[in-house]
Amino acid sequence: MPITIHPDEILETIRMVELENLDIRTITMGISLRDCADSDGKKIADKVYDKITTKARRLVSVGEEIQRELGLPIINKRISVTPVSLIGGLKSEEDFYQVAKSLDKAAKEVGVDFLGGFSALVHKGITPEEENLMAVIPGALADTERVCSSVNVASTKAGINMDAVLTMGKAIKEAARLTQDQDSIACAKLVVFCNVPEDNPFMAGAFHGVGEPDTVINIGVSGPGVVLNAVKKHPDVDFGTLAEIVKKTAFKITRMGELVGRVASRKLNVPFGIVDLSLAPTPAAGDSVAEILEAFGLERCGTHGTTAALALLNDAVKKGGSMASSYVGGLSGAFIPVSEDAGMIRAVEEGALTIEKLEAMTCVCSVGLDMIAVPGDTPEETIAAIIADEMAIGMINNKTTAVRIIPAWGKKAGDHVYFGGLLGSAPVMDLNKYGSKKFVSRGGRIPAPIQALTN
Amino acid sequence: MDNENRIIITVLGKDKVGIIAGVTAVLAEANANILDISQTVLQEFLTMILVVDLSECKIEFDELCERLNEAGKKIGVQINAQHESVFKYMHRI
Repeated sequence: MPITIHPDEILETIRMVELENLDIRTITMGISLRDCADSDGKKIADKVYDKITTKARRLVSVGEEIQRELGLPIINKRISVTPVSLIGGLKSEEDFYQVAKSLDKAAKEVGVDFLGGFSALVHKGITPEEENLMAVIPGALADTERVCSSVNVASTKAGINMDAVLTMGKAIKEAARLTQDQDSIACAKLVVFCNVPEDNPFMAGAFHGVGEPDTVINIGVSGPGVVLNAVKKHPDVDFGTLAEIVKKTAFKITRMGELVGRVASRKLNVPFGIVDLSLAPTPAAGDSVAEILEAFGLERCGTHGTTAALALLNDAVKKGGSMASSYVGGLSGAFIPVSEDAGMIRAVEEGALTIEKLEAMTCVCSVGLDMIAVPGDTPEETIAAIIADEMAIGMINNKTTAVRIIPAWGKKAGDHVYFGGLLGSAPVMDLNKYGSKKFVSRGGRIPAPIQALTN
Repeated sequence: MDNENRIIITVLGKDKVGIIAGVTAVLAEANANILDISQTVLQEFLTMILVVDLSECKIEFDELCERLNEAGKKIGVQINAQHESVFKYMHRI
């Protein structure tokens, strides 16, 4: 029987894994907790623990098995659950706090590094239960290690719930204060969304949406390093050719996600949900979205032309990736988290990249202002205003946007925060010194935008 | 399109005497059938690719990988073993 794959192709795959950091970023198992409802709030925490530890019992070992068989690193195994605010029967703040502790315990028991879904969807209004959940988010994140929280405060159909935006501004500040000894790390586990996707496998914003089956497997791939090397090999090609190179590379990366998803689904006997096409950077050298943009010909990420370069990159990744997978979903774009991308960190440190430019970049890619450290004395109203700006971009452009911002307690612009691992480290960025208090405190909702007359 | 039992073994390293012998001895002992071998040497650097059928193999895939790794260390080359599906998925539509 002849070799059906050319040796060059085999070596290309091996090079991607060995030298260019190609990996599967996450196998995320979505688990519905809706059947954990109970009239007794206290019983729910136990039911939640039992359901997660039963359904995800084999998740980590199967992930490791696939890694060995395919020779592809699978970095994280994670869990997303039904937004906790939707579990019927949870009422008091104490109820929600106990569920957070239970989620953390379950995550540790099955060996996953993060579990997402301590979440609420409040884009149009807030129920009393959701209010209680949002009130305990800072404390719950400070007292747990692996639980991630997200709150959807805006959508294109509903507008922006500015009451929720202001509440989240306060929650973020409180989370920063409670974890001031650890560079305000609780904020790295908290995301505020507009148009949140229900099948996102990436943390910290993952949860298991209401339209999902009981359990599901979603895959997030990585691979900025692979795209970077492909681009570097062709320094002088025109834009059409450049897009073509990115598309072909994205196809290959995404195929690995598709393969791992199918195998994991079969081995775990859980339906395969989606592959998320996002290019997710890591702090590792060369595994950077910023460096891809620089390889396009920008002196530094953040300079004039960066938004156009990112638009090209993001679109080409989607075009290549969407053909590689039967089901694409999640966030699907290029991530630009500052602390998790060595090129972004350098660009901020050298003054090339400011928060205003980052905001502009989020108009053309997923997902938003991500892992940005700002001075610890930033007022909660300013945090809320930053969230509102980002939500407006998502609402008007009919796309997902998010804010994961860290007001680093006791630090000022130019200082650094260190989280370690995939969360990386970030320079504290300067903000506009003028206030937004009157604006964000008006209360109510910014109405949903008109969806015709889009010129 | 997937043949569950087929794996691809790649051997990378500096060319020397006994590489093929070392690798194939491990496979023969495990009763793994070699379907195809190709090798190239470029400036003393050897790349060898083997397509191997494990349907009659006597040991588990994990153990075979361990034995190949040991052999690789002894010979002084890097050996990867992966299911063929990785390459098919990436390079064939």
